[in-house]
Amino acid sequence: MPFKTEPVTVNIGPQHPSTHGVFRLRVTFDGELIMDVEPVFGYLHRGTEKLAEERNYVQVVTLTDRLDYVASMTNNQAYCLAVEKLMGIEVPERAKYLRVITAELQRVASHLVATGFFLQDLGALGTPLMYCFRERERILDLFEMLCGARITVSYMRPGGVFFDAPEDFWPRLRQLLRELPSYIGELEQLLMENEILLIRTRNVAVLSMERAIECSTSGPVLRASGMRWDWRKADPYDVYDKVEFDVPVGSNGDNLDRFWIRMQEMRQSLRIVDQCLDQIPVGPVRTELPLVLRPPAGAEAYARVESPKGELGFYLVSDGGISPYRCKIRSPSLLNLHVTKDLLVGWKLADMIVSLGSVDINMGEVDR
Amino acid sequence: MTRVLGGDELVQRLRQGHADAIDEEGDSVIWVKPESIVEVMTFLKGDAELQLGYLNAVTAVDFIDHFEMIYHLTSFEKNHGAVVKARLYSRDEPTIPSVVGVWPGAELQEREVWDLMGVRFSGHPNHKRIMLWEGFEGHPLRRDFEDVVQY
Repeated sequence: MPFKTEPVTVNIGPQHPSTHGVFRLRVTFDGELIMDVEPVFGYLHRGTEKLAEERNYVQVVTLTDRLDYVASMTNNQAYCLAVEKLMGIEVPERAKYLRVITAELQRVASHLVATGFFLQDLGALGTPLMYCFRERERILDLFEMLCGARITVSYMRPGGVFFDAPEDFWPRLRQLLRELPSYIGELEQLLMENEILLIRTRNVAVLSMERAIECSTSGPVLRASGMRWDWRKADPYDVYDKVEFDVPVGSNGDNLDRFWIRMQEMRQSLRIVDQCLDQIPVGPVRTELPLVLRPPAGAEAYARVESPKGELGFYLVSDGGISPYRCKIRSPSLLNLHVTKDLLVGWKLADMIVSLGSVDINMGEVDR
Repeated sequence: MTRVLGGDELVQRLRQGHADAIDEEGDSVIWVKPESIVEVMTFLKGDAELQLGYLNAVTAVDFIDHFEMIYHLTSFEKNHGAVVKARLYSRDEPTIPSVVGVWPGAELQEREVWDLMGVRFSGHPNHKRIMLWEGFEGHPLRRDFEDVVQY
């Protein structure tokens, strides 16, 4: 006699270690098989876009830190680029290099977090995560030397960066650049030759390139599906046109590719920092600007960066006042969430946690 | 460098068969009539010369007398971008057809615009609030929104 089964709907979250923040997945299961998924979020909604309308252009920088709180440097950068585009501000060359150096270090830090938690989601509890965090700490130490803060840095300003780096920053950075590549090699060897990891991730949750493009995904998720697209290459901002780097792409669009791409991007980031160290000129780090910025009425600008999670864009509209009339944040995490259904349906409960980890969402950025 | 297409270039392409849809032409932007947004988007996505196959962002701005919908598009093949806008003059019930049929990725962003700005999307498959809870009154990103709780 055949079993009579019926679908069961389960809430994963909002408080669940695998959701990387306060995030809920309504999943309909048939036994262990996932039939339907609906992401539910908003638990961390702080109304950043509305708050930006009540602050002046410089104050908004502190709000951007709290979007993707594991990659606040790139958030600062995207916002500052948007304000500079809105007002036509020129940035000193040294500041541009400092921005690229910090943004790339931030990318390494963010990818280390993504990798660590991905392994945690795979069931490798604790140890690999701590390996990743140990190296991330060293990058955060460097940020602390630059601006006194480790996570919510607020290091960049419209027109440049807040401070020049202190003298002892540079030897510390060089030391990090010497040691980090071998560490990344070690981590890669440890993981890419691990049978369990390969079986659990290869050909799991495949996302086709066409689907990735029409769903507006960006960053590692898009590149893992085979689309060679990186805003640092396509639309170079700051000094990305003066440095050489490769854009790694995946061939399958599976969990392994998304994971592998982040490993490769860390290498490329260090390569960029290395070149910047050779090229960085001396000079001022900030354009002299009035205390309160007033862009012309009716001006609007959309600026974007390739943040560790994908395309982070700021769309600013000015009415001539001291605060933005509208500040729209195009967050890569929110748009990458749209493909959860494609990734999860048809797979089993155990794969769900891993696939969600491979997308690397950050709830601060999804909810804003 | 990603070049932003001029309004005149877009208008020139759209004239062939979609002249009625154009509302106004700007420097690097075109305004289209809200009712023909899906028609225009389908054309821009499929057009062999423009190939605007990627939707970056969907957003709305409240200008008190009207709402403006803004669509940022990019072509990966040609490395250029375009900005398409539409004006909605109703305050109580601003409505525009949903572009989810053209770009599935617009779904979450359109829900966000509905939630925070109060623009309705006809034909949207899952027209619910996204950040705030069902039963919340008003749309906070509107310029005339007043928080009932004062701190």
